[in-house]
Order: sequence, then structure tokens, then C-alpha cells
Amino acid sequence: MPDTIKRAPISQQPFKVEKPLDLNAIGGMISIQINEKKVSVPLGTTILEACRDNHIHIPTLCHHPDLCIAGVCRVCVVEVDGMRTLQASCSFPITASIKIKTSSELVRKARRNIIDLLLSEHHGECYACVKNKNCELQTLSKEYGVDNMRFGHVKEPVYEVDFSSTSLVRDMNKCVLCRRCIRTCIDLQEVGVLEAINRGDKTQISTFYDKPLQDVICINCGQCLNRCPTGALYSNDPSDEIWRAIDDPQKHVVIQTAPSPRAAIGEEFGYAPGHSFTPELNTALKRIGFDRVFDTNFTADLTILEEGTELLTRLKKAIVDKDTTVKLPQFTSCSPGWIKFIEHFYPEHLDYLSTAKSPQQMFGAIIKTFYAQEQGIDPKDIVSVSLMPCSAKKFECNRPEMDASGFRDVDYGLTTRELAKMIREAGIFLPELPKSGFDEPFGEASGAGLIFGATGGVMEAALRTVYELVTGREVPFENLRIEACRGFEGIKEASVKLENVLPAYSFLEGVNFKFMVAHGTANAKQVMELLREGKLSDVHFVEIMACPGGCLGGGGQPIPTSEEIRKQRAKAIYAEEEGLPIRKSHENPHVKYIYEKFIPEGPCSELSHKLLHTHYKKRGRYII
Amino acid sequence: MLVYEKNSLSEEIELLIERFGKDRVALLPILQIIEKRHNYISEFAQQEVARLLDIHPVEVYSVVSFYNFLHRYPQGKNIVRLCKTISCDMAGKQEIEKALKRELGINFDETTRDKKWTLEYTSCLGMCDQGPAMLVNDKIYTKLDPETAVKILNDTK
Ligand code: SF4
Ligand code: SF4
Ligand code: SF4
Ligand code: FES
Ligand code: FES
Repeated sequence: MPDTIKRAPISQQPFKVEKPLDLNAIGGMISIQINEKKVSVPLGTTILEACRDNHIHIPTLCHHPDLCIAGVCRVCVVEVDGMRTLQASCSFPITASIKIKTSSELVRKARRNIIDLLLSEHHGECYACVKNKNCELQTLSKEYGVDNMRFGHVKEPVYEVDFSSTSLVRDMNKCVLCRRCIRTCIDLQEVGVLEAINRGDKTQISTFYDKPLQDVICINCGQCLNRCPTGALYSNDPSDEIWRAIDDPQKHVVIQTAPSPRAAIGEEFGYAPGHSFTPELNTALKRIGFDRVFDTNFTADLTILEEGTELLTRLKKAIVDKDTTVKLPQFTSCSPGWIKFIEHFYPEHLDYLSTAKSPQQMFGAIIKTFYAQEQGIDPKDIVSVSLMPCSAKKFECNRPEMDASGFRDVDYGLTTRELAKMIREAGIFLPELPKSGFDEPFGEASGAGLIFGATGGVMEAALRTVYELVTGREVPFENLRIEACRGFEGIKEASVKLENVLPAYSFLEGVNFKFMVAHGTANAKQVMELLREGKLSDVHFVEIMACPGGCLGGGGQPIPTSEEIRKQRAKAIYAEEEGLPIRKSHENPHVKYIYEKFIPEGPCSELSHKLLHTHYKKRGRYII
Repeated sequence: MLVYEKNSLSEEIELLIERFGKDRVALLPILQIIEKRHNYISEFAQQEVARLLDIHPVEVYSVVSFYNFLHRYPQGKNIVRLCKTISCDMAGKQEIEKALKRELGINFDETTRDKKWTLEYTSCLGMCDQGPAMLVNDKIYTKLDPETAVKILNDTK
């Protein structure tokens, strides 16, 4: 759990007891009694943790493994011997030898009351709700046998639903005030869109001056909706429009699929996290009726070449030409949530961003130009869809400047969850489908593109290419695994020494190439503060992903999410990667082909700038 | 808001931060002073406070909306707060309510057009034995009847 409590003054911090380092020392372990069972737990363990470790189920609602403890919903109450009132188990650290009852009559009745009270202020019809069958409130009601609305029920919606954002929908009629979204947006993401406003029975979750989401500073990362237990927050679903395009014989509907959805979509069909369903997914998409199924990894490879070339150019300008206007380190630009974050909070640092578009937008531009030409299809008849793990991609494809092809480069951003819904609608059970590959002419992609899905992946892919371009040798790591880039530490930092470089890159001889990787915009903020203080002057390249865990933890991925689940998804991605024949972006034959045929001047040339690069907007932090 | 107004407000808040420290615990005293000087805390002021304390504007908004004595929209020069809690209610709050509304020509939670008066309800003022009670700015008045209530308004500048 991140140490996210720092922002609160000490008097307001939840009571937390640090676990002792040496559990064998006296007082390290404490024996307690849960129901009839005697167990011994480390000092400072919460009652909830102690029960879960001993396979005793306790219901929770406001508790989330990624977030700090809140203790606001009270459904997790238990009886503690000697205490006058019931205690919230999620926020009760064990410091003495206590006796706990987890399902006494008192506890059961209290929980039922609490759930009934929550429902008395909840307006929603489960069968018309996105969270139907994946809703924690619904599950609780079932668990505690809610069979009537004892305290009444809201008949009419009270709040207007906010559809203003391209990415998110906020329906506060379904909100149960658990405040997970607040803790996510402030602690994990440091964006601070949502807070509780007013007081008592008038409390509601809202934005600054109750403005619509599109008018406040939201980066569309969707992390809040991934952690909302109810259907109060959900993503803006374009599937109806996509069905319409598929059903229209005039339209040529193509879909590109990003690396992360395939590593997670199985979860929507009942599989445990950690299974990849790439070939089955391809078949499903074709059966649904997409005319072509492409792999976004292909443009991820392209991104690496563009971004890598840009980096080498910057290095050359800085080292050889002694150009002091060149900004280093170069920051990656694949994550639209991160782009909006820096545009708002660090607009004076936009020049540090690589100008390369994200893989989604590169593909969009190529489909409606190169692909349309080659296939002889009028680009206006092409509907370009992208399957993404991300809700911010919906915002990105709607940015006004994303029309390099003369049309909307990408028409719809579809999330993993929304596609799973389409697959179910089509009557398909994904895991049982036969396997198939991606369509030509972009049928092959490298493993380097695939690992874009995990935090550190872009860096790893870039290193494999840049190192080889510069030295003529493979990166000096076993099986191309660059461990320094992997794992879920908030900010990672490492370096490789460039030696015996090729003559063209002699200016890099002996340079200690230093890189950093951060995920989650709270960590990005820390990196930016370092940059501001001038502490990144020896770093050359920084990868930032807006979502914790990288794309595989994106706001469009299956719910629930936790660090454990994200680790499993990462495992699936890295395992699939090692089995691929091509694992370096610059070895992708289709990438070579597209440069030969379409952009003969190569990466960062004029045409490539027109199609594959972009510019950013100084948005600033004021809400108008 | 005009640019020079914004600049002077920013300067004012910067001075307050200097005085109370750049820490979240300084939030309430700063807000109270802004409220006192301007009769409300504007959208811009809230964002400036947030920026200078390195917290999010919505957190400031959350605090402002929590307290009845902090306002997010402009208020009249004088604020009349009538107790709405049960003892005063039983002691004849309704009469006073009517008299105040008639005298000022506005409803509760509204401000007169000349920006002189704002009417509000408040919860118990701790004067339950002497109800009905009301607060005019910082001053408390008890055992009201409609005539005295109106007189109090007329005597307040
Ligand atoms: S939020 Fe949950 S309980 Fe409410 S309508 Fe949706 S599924 Fe049902
Ligand atoms: S999408 Fe991201 S930035 Fe927007 S409210 Fe949710 S967590 Fe905050
Ligand atoms: S919107 Fe969802 S996460 Fe936020 S408080 Fe309401 S129920 Fe909880
Ligand atoms: S889960 Fe413990 S109080 Fe909400
Ligand atoms: S009820 Fe009005 S002052 Fe207490």
C-alpha cells in the first residue's frame, strides 16, 4: 500500500501501527481469538487482515488494497470483547490480545442495517446498470439477504448524470460515498478532481464548484472508475456506434488492438488474471464483423523508431553541437493521461516531451493514408476503432489536432470491458474460440511492442533498439530481459554504459546512458519536481505512464484491480513476449517496409513529422 | 474578475500564507480571513489558496462547502442567521421568519439586490432557553418577536 497519508495533518491520520521488523522479538506476535479460533498475528495487523489470513470472510466496501484506509462505510464491523461499540475491522490495528466475533447476531444485524441504509439512498436498477453482476453493493446485498427496502428506496434520480467528459460518466445517483474515487484521484494520481462536498445528509462527491468533468482538470485516466464499487462511475461506451458501423456495408471497419487488453480480457470471461487470449481475441473480432484486425504493437515498433531517432538527434545536438536549447531528458509521450497531466501541471516543461504520437494515433494516421492507398479504399469509408486498456485514449482520439490523414485518425476508442460486452452480445464465449493471427499488411509485430503494456516496457523496447543502433550489438542482457525496467516500484532508475560504439555515434562513446521509469501520475509528479529542481541533468530518457502498473492497469481494464492482479497481467505479457520470433522493434519487417514504401526519408523526416508526430497544448492549472 | 483584482487577491493570499505558514493546517484561518474581508471566498481565491498550499482546489472547495460560515458565492454586507432548531421552532421561529422575509423582500438563502442583506438559517445557537434566537453578523439576539426583529434590522447599518 502506498504511503499516501502524508497529505493529511497528523491529527486526521488513521490510527496505524507499524509492524515490527523482528517478529520473533517479544511483543512481535500477538495471539488473539477470532470466533473460537486462537491465532497469532504480527503486531499492528488490522482485524480485517488477520481474518482474511485465516480465511474468515469479512465484507468491505470502502476498503481497497491500492488505497489508504478510510473506515467510512462501516460494513466491516466486528465485535471486540470489552469494547462498548462495534469496531470497523479494516481500520483497527491489533495491539493487544483481543477476542473478536465476526458473525454474532449483533454484527449480522448491524451489517444488514448498514446495507439497508446504503440502499435507501441509492437509486439504480441493476439490470440497466454497467456494473450488473460485478457490483460490490449488489454482492453485499445478496450476501446479507436484503429482501426488502426497509428504510425506503429512492424512486427517482436526484442528480443529473454528467456525460460531459469524452471518457467518463458520473452518475451520482448510484454513489454510496465510499470515497474510493477521492483517494484514487488524490493519492494515486495527484490530480484531485473529486472530493466530498457539503456535510451530513447533504454530502455528495463532486468536482470543484460542481462543474462538469470536462471543465475541471481531469486527465481521463479512469483509475477512479476502476475502483468504484458501484456503477456510479463508468466509461463512455461507443459500442452502439461501432455496431452501427459494422452493420453498414458501406463502411470498412478496422480495429487495432493494444497489448494490454489481450492479457486481461480473460478476466471478463471468468478466467483468473494472468492468461493471454491474443489469438482467440483475433477470431472473436473477426466474428463480430470487423473487416481487419491489426496489432497496435506494429505502431509501437514505429513509435520506438521515431522516438529513438528523436532521442539520438537530441543527444547529438546537445553533445556535438553544444546546443543549449535542447531539452534532456526526453520524456515518453505514449500515455494520453500523462500528456494531459503535464499540459495542466507543468506546461512550461512541454518541450521535454517526445513529439512522437502514441501508437494508437500513429496507427490511425497510417490506416487512413498508407493503408487506404494500398488497398484502394476511400478513407472516408474507413471507420477506425482502437481496442485500448485506457479511458484516456477516448480523449486522445478526439483531440482536434489528431486529423493528420485529413479525417479523424481514430474514430472510436473502445475499452477492454466494452469489447467484452460486445463479444458477449455477439453470443461468443471467447476462451473457446479457435486461434487466428492478425491481418496483413501489418500482420507482424515485435515483442518489444507487446511489452509496452507494462510499466517500463517502452523503456525496455527503446533500449533494445537504441543500444543496437548505437553499438551494433544486442543489449548486454540475458535473453533481452532488461530487469531494471521491470517490476512495480513507483520510480525506477538505472543506466547502461555505451562502449565501442559505431563510428556514426562516436559522440556517445563512454556515455553512461541513464534512464528512469515512473507509473501513476503521483510518481510522475515526483519526477517532475526533480526535473524542476535540476536534479535530472544526468538522465537521458524518462518513461512515464499515467496508470499504476502501466497500461495493463489502465482505466478500461476489467474490474477489480489490485497490485496482485496487475502483476499477473504483467507476467502474462512478458511470457507471451518471450515466445515471439521478433523481439526488437527495428527488426519488424513491416516497419522496414513502411519506411521503404511510404516514408522513404525515414524516421523524423518531414512526412513522418506530418503523420507521426504531434504538438502539445499549454493548458495550465486554472479551472475557469 | 478583472486582472488587477486577481493580482491584488493573489498578493493578499500570499501575505496570508507568509503569516500562517505553507501547510494544510493553515487552510482554515486563511479562509476565515478571506471570508471576513470579502464576504465570500471566490472561485479564484480558492484556487490561489490551493496553489500556494500545494493542495487541490477541490479540497479547498470541500472545506468551504462544509462550513456554514464560509461562503462560495457573494453574500450581503450583513448576514442574518435565524435558528431553525427545535426549541426556537417551538418558541415561534415561524413568525420571525415571516417578518424577516417581508422586511427584506427575499427568501432564506438569498441576498437583497442592494447586496446589503443575506438571510440564512442556522442550527442551535445555544440560546434554547431564550428562543427564538438569531444572529446578525457576530451579534446574538434572543427572545425575539416580529417587531423587535425588524427593529434590529433597521438599527443595523
Ligand atoms: S450500482 Fe450496483 S446495486 Fe446499484 S444499480 Fe448498479 S449494479 Fe445495482
Ligand atoms: S479519470 Fe483520473 S483524473 Fe479523472 S477523476 Fe478519475 S482518477 Fe481523477
Ligand atoms: S463515486 Fe464510486 S468510488 Fe466514488 S464515493 Fe461514490 S461509490 Fe465510492
Ligand atoms: S471497509 Fe471498513 S469501514 Fe469501510
Ligand atoms: S434551538 Fe435555537 S438556540 Fe438552541
